[in-house]
Amino acid sequence: MKVGLFVTCLVDAVRPEIGFSTLKLLEGAGYEVVVPESQTCCGQPAYNSGDSRTARELAEKVLREFEGFDYVVLPSGSCGGQIKVQYLELFRDDPDLKARIDRLAGKTYELTDFLVNVAKIADLPSSFAGHVTYHDSCSGLRELGVKQQPRALLAKLPGVQLTEMKDCEQCCGFGGTFSVKYGDISGAIVDEKCRNIQASGADAVVLGDLGCILNIEGRLLRTGDEKTRVLHIAQVLAGDA
Amino acid sequence: MQVQSMHFKVRAGQKLADMRLQKNLKKLSEKFVTARAAAITELDDFEATRDAAVERRNRALAHLDVWLEIFERNASARGAKVLYAETHEEAVRLIVDIAKHHGVRKVTKSKSMVSEEVGLNHAFEAAGIQPVETDLGEYILQINDNEAPSHIIAPVIHKDKEEISDLFAKTHATPRKTEITQLTREAREVLRSHFLSADMGVTGANFLIAETGSATVVTNEGNEGMCTILPPKVHVVLTGIEKVLPTLEDVATLMRLLPRSATGQPISNYFSVLTGPRRAGEEDGPEHMYYVLVDAGRTGLLGGEFQEMLRCIRCGACMNHCPVYQKIGGHAYGWVYPGPMGSVLTPSYVGIENALDLPQAATLCGQCSVVCPVKIPLPDLLRKLREKQWERGLRPWYEKVGVALWAYAALRPSRYSFGSKVAVRVRRWMGGDAKRIRTLPVGAGWTVSRDFPAPSGRTFREMYRERRASGQAGSTRT
Repeated sequence: MKVGLFVTCLVDAVRPEIGFSTLKLLEGAGYEVVVPESQTCCGQPAYNSGDSRTARELAEKVLREFEGFDYVVLPSGSCGGQIKVQYLELFRDDPDLKARIDRLAGKTYELTDFLVNVAKIADLPSSFAGHVTYHDSCSGLRELGVKQQPRALLAKLPGVQLTEMKDCEQCCGFGGTFSVKYGDISGAIVDEKCRNIQASGADAVVLGDLGCILNIEGRLLRTGDEKTRVLHIAQVLAGDA
Repeated sequence: MQVQSMHFKVRAGQKLADMRLQKNLKKLSEKFVTARAAAITELDDFEATRDAAVERRNRALAHLDVWLEIFERNASARGAKVLYAETHEEAVRLIVDIAKHHGVRKVTKSKSMVSEEVGLNHAFEAAGIQPVETDLGEYILQINDNEAPSHIIAPVIHKDKEEISDLFAKTHATPRKTEITQLTREAREVLRSHFLSADMGVTGANFLIAETGSATVVTNEGNEGMCTILPPKVHVVLTGIEKVLPTLEDVATLMRLLPRSATGQPISNYFSVLTGPRRAGEEDGPEHMYYVLVDAGRTGLLGGEFQEMLRCIRCGACMNHCPVYQKIGGHAYGWVYPGPMGSVLTPSYVGIENALDLPQAATLCGQCSVVCPVKIPLPDLLRKLREKQWERGLRPWYEKVGVALWAYAALRPSRYSFGSKVAVRVRRWMGGDAKRIRTLPVGAGWTVSRDFPAPSGRTFREMYRERRASGQAGSTRT
């Protein structure tokens, strides 16, 4: 089975190591993984800015690049939600493309969802050990129903102790361009998230979206917390953290 | 009410810096969020009840004109007079005329957000009629120089007990009370004389029932009964035209959700169904009953892409659960309705160009639509408003240029690849040894309150290409 890996633009630019951890997990699960080189972005920044024309153009580009695979996997609930849920909305009134978009959405998966529900992975190539807490990123949780999947995977690692933080489902305040347009409000929201992470007593917060990672890590650094690690679930599961 | 939504950014900044407000806003999650979560588990099937509620609200809105006519016919048959107001001004004029017609000098009011919308108190005062708010929260705001409510069901959520103690002592010229029971007793004593001396009561309505011609009112303090059943000669129900439901059955379904979503109560302390004025042989009720049903933008949403917003039953759950509202409170939004529902309603009712920040100032986290009892897709509606802003060219130039440049590159992979290679190296360099950027020249909003963790320095795609060239990347190909 062939998996198209959508690295996501943020992972590509800021944390390429998350892409390699994802690759390792998918290959380890026995899939042939293809990384279309022309991929850029799912179009969410344009979509959420109100520029639906550009969002549609980028969606069509993603469609062309990825519709040939058996599965499309992303290390992001946010970009996953864009393809699986929002693309349908974007092409609701386009009879020509709607069927193709539907098929693409049907075979697109957020990484942990794929590993648990499609690959049904038994063993993980990781000996990660530590006390962690898990932050549920908004789109993964509310658009894709990613909740138990990462926890089920973490439970496979005997060295991992998971303590749930207060309000783990509360938004971290990232919100894409919101974090720049309303930096002070966003900062107040992420501050509360960081306090909840710290109060959990965990040494690391694990999550599945790089936007939230940069937001949380940036706030921890600004407030002088260089001890709490902020890790992508792929890095933990692949043993790269 | 005057629209202040264009000052959102400044006001939000002030609210974030107000430490007392920040402490008071914690009550939202401590009280309402927790209580709602517990309350919805009491229903056998919360999701099925939501679906039923959506269907019943949709059925009412699909033929709103018909249900309003049926409501009017049945309300008139029970002796009430039904009036329609196309605008805020017309609503105010109708009500002031009713008051003058009956020689009214004092009006007691039960909580009504539509009354805030049309600016009724101000109009009463201008006409020499004394309005007295009788909902405790609204009363507190009224004696605090007519301050605006900051929440649709908990108007005074932004204040703490100490502020209210000071205000009561000053206004009532009584010794300062510190216990909540003492404060409520004092309010009751002050309000009782108003209840007994008022000529007219004005209330809102949570629902209008077409088949019976009734208004339903949900309260926790019982003040509504004092405004409508006690002495007043005249009762005016002021509400929006979208509040009509066909049958009592519909109300029963909605009422399973409204108090639970709002305060976490299975049912509010008081729930009144008011049908017409006092009839011969009845001991209480007003001599005259009027309905003033306000449009003021509502019909503009009918049949359009924002129609779903009209399902709103004003429970406040969306704002209680909103990470933005929880940090800035209701006043920053600058008009009557705050939080996610307000960020859709305000631009819809007062003009998109007068409330540009509201649809933007949301993380689109989706929690509002998860908790909405009538499943209004609030994030989708906010995004649609962003689309309207974009289409009408209402965004600032730097945003348009930024998105255009980014889109140009994202649609051209080789240029994107080159651009991102350069960008990540610049940012890696900016990060220095500490690997963090403290001030971003573009995107300065980010570094107001956090660092930007520096990129690793090379893109995934260039590293991947190299690994493949050296045979490290397993079976994969590009």
